[in-house]
Amino acid sequence: MNKKKVFVQGNEACVEAALYAGVDFFAGYPITPSTEIAEQLAYRLPKKGGKFIQMEDEISSMCAIIGASLTGLKSMTATSGPGFTLKQEAIGFAIMAEVPCVIVNVQRGGLSTGLPTSVQQGDVMQARWGTHGDHSIIALTASNHQDLFAMTIEAFNLAETYRTPVILLFDAVIGHMRESLIIPEPGELPLVERLKTSVDEKTNYHPYLPREDGRLPMSDFGGVHRYNVTGLMHDMWGFPSTDPRVAYILMHHLYEKIEGHVNEICRMKEFYLEDANCILISYGASARSALHVVQSRRARGERLGLLELQTLWPFPAEAVRQKCERAMYVIVVEMNLGQIMRVVKRAIDDPNKLFLANRIDGELITPQDIKNMLRMIYGKGV
Amino acid sequence: MSVKDYLRERYMPHLWCAGCGHGIVMNNLIRAIIDLGLSKNDIVMVTGIGCSSRISGYLDFHTLHTLHGRALAFATGVKLARPELSIIVPMGDGDAIAIGGNHFIHAARRNIDVTAIIMNNSIYGMTGGQFSPLTGHDKKATTAPFGSIDHPFDTVRLAMGAGASFVARTTTYHVTSMKNILKKAIMHKGFSVVEILSQCPTYFGKKNNMGNAVDMLNDYKTHTVPIGSKKKKENPDLIERGIFVQEEREEYCAEYEMLVKKVKKE
Amino acid sequence: MSMENSAKKGTEENKTGIEINMDWCKGCGICVAFCPHNVLAIDEDNEKAVIQNFDNCNFCGLCELRCPDIAIELV
Repeated sequence: MNKKKVFVQGNEACVEAALYAGVDFFAGYPITPSTEIAEQLAYRLPKKGGKFIQMEDEISSMCAIIGASLTGLKSMTATSGPGFTLKQEAIGFAIMAEVPCVIVNVQRGGLSTGLPTSVQQGDVMQARWGTHGDHSIIALTASNHQDLFAMTIEAFNLAETYRTPVILLFDAVIGHMRESLIIPEPGELPLVERLKTSVDEKTNYHPYLPREDGRLPMSDFGGVHRYNVTGLMHDMWGFPSTDPRVAYILMHHLYEKIEGHVNEICRMKEFYLEDANCILISYGASARSALHVVQSRRARGERLGLLELQTLWPFPAEAVRQKCERAMYVIVVEMNLGQIMRVVKRAIDDPNKLFLANRIDGELITPQDIKNMLRMIYGKGV
Repeated sequence: MSVKDYLRERYMPHLWCAGCGHGIVMNNLIRAIIDLGLSKNDIVMVTGIGCSSRISGYLDFHTLHTLHGRALAFATGVKLARPELSIIVPMGDGDAIAIGGNHFIHAARRNIDVTAIIMNNSIYGMTGGQFSPLTGHDKKATTAPFGSIDHPFDTVRLAMGAGASFVARTTTYHVTSMKNILKKAIMHKGFSVVEILSQCPTYFGKKNNMGNAVDMLNDYKTHTVPIGSKKKKENPDLIERGIFVQEEREEYCAEYEMLVKKVKKE
Repeated sequence: MSMENSAKKGTEENKTGIEINMDWCKGCGICVAFCPHNVLAIDEDNEKAVIQNFDNCNFCGLCELRCPDIAIELV
């Protein structure tokens, strides 16, 4: 039984995974370096009777997928930095209204227009705090196409499980780089389908009343249950409420719903951590260079290890603390000015053993960049 | 079915001020839907943010109270996902034409089968009376204390220019014509725009000494004329009302269905 | 003339009565102003619509159509 092996861009792998997960609605707007996702779904979705639409901007794209999701469709949008910024208000709405959907952000260089065809990982904090107000969010990333495929499936599964938007935070290198990918058989990877209410027509359905297991069954727009969806603070029927108790309960529910399940949501990969005295923490394209350094130094007997984060948010602080407990040095390898480094600093026991190997000039961070940092740490100078 | 059967009575009385035209729009929109015999389960009402947008909370449909200016973008997602549903999108003048202007012209351009109702009270009411793109030259508002220097859109011509295949204007005085226009707009297969001049006695009326709700309604009676009326030639300031455009044109979701059929055969 | 908020004559089927929902009515005066037969008035005490000359009423229903609060109904 030979599985289908393809040689594709990361963006294409994301499309294959989204289709595998059962995406039925995509709304997007052209923006480098994520446009290929829209282009391929424009081709693939109509063929399977799915819905594709190119909207007038990123705002309307994000709004459209929320509308579509409420009718029962798995829906997704894809963008890059500037578009991700435009989508923030609507992402906040999807969090408040607890609407499952997937937002792909293929990060590019610099802030503002920046370096559209270059790479950076500068939107990490925006993925966490881009929309206003207290909230929690799930953001996943990947450093190779096989993992990217798996993380995209995870994104759809987590979106349905926790009834929340999930952000796939890729970068231009992964998005545009070609690599081989083995496409799993249908049924091989578990999928989470939309949990529909079992309440019959005559009984009152509460769209925002969690079951004991915390899950929130949905009812499609157009179905037998008519309810309200709003961005206003709302009660369990979905109707606006200014009652402080309602606000207190809802705010904590939205926060704990995800922050309270960090372990279930946490995805990470470990390389040689068992006896590592110097641990690199990295993610996305940066993790490829970091792994290269770890493997080459291990070959020379140096006890280096790599902790590759696949779940950025909710940040697995306790797991990171434990894994770095015995390390003499911890080096965060990322292409920004230390956005994950700051979070690691709060997580690990001794912040003084933490270093940052980074790059923000639009070039992919190289093994040499990381080795230069190692030389500095070990007092050898560059 | 009576009007009350369509209300979520537990949330009444509504929050609109005494004499606000928006209640008249809700009243007659329900009557239009009763006449059409539409099932409540087949209607999705999508609103934005502002006084007008609170209408969705009071009506017993699938209701989606979205973001300021973005109702039509949400509605496009709902409609394309479930074309068989009737999508009604009541918006305010600022909601639809200021912050929502880009989505308005593109929804019109696509001619997607959605009924956009612009409850035009010439002001931002919810935030306390600021001027909107439809307030009008020289009119006063909290952010135009000396009279607005802005010239308004002509919503009807904007909608026509953008490609809407059903465009009408009426007022909260002309309740019977409003109901009939709304019925046609909802049944129309394509992007329908119904601009309803709806009095705001609290802010627009007060700021511009237009008297109370009754006076403002009488103004609608005297200052508007049926399309093509001779009076309009004598007094160009009069506002024309009625159905300006009612054409059958390719509807976006129907086009998409055809595309899917064609592509699936390949 | 008694200030009623509902009055009825004739049989059930045809709409020959008016009912005013005092909780919903905000006393805007629109029904009063546009009633062709001067049937309604605003009650000074509670500033709500009230039936003043029920005999004049020919059940045209304009009050019902024009009410912003859906507070007046032919029954």
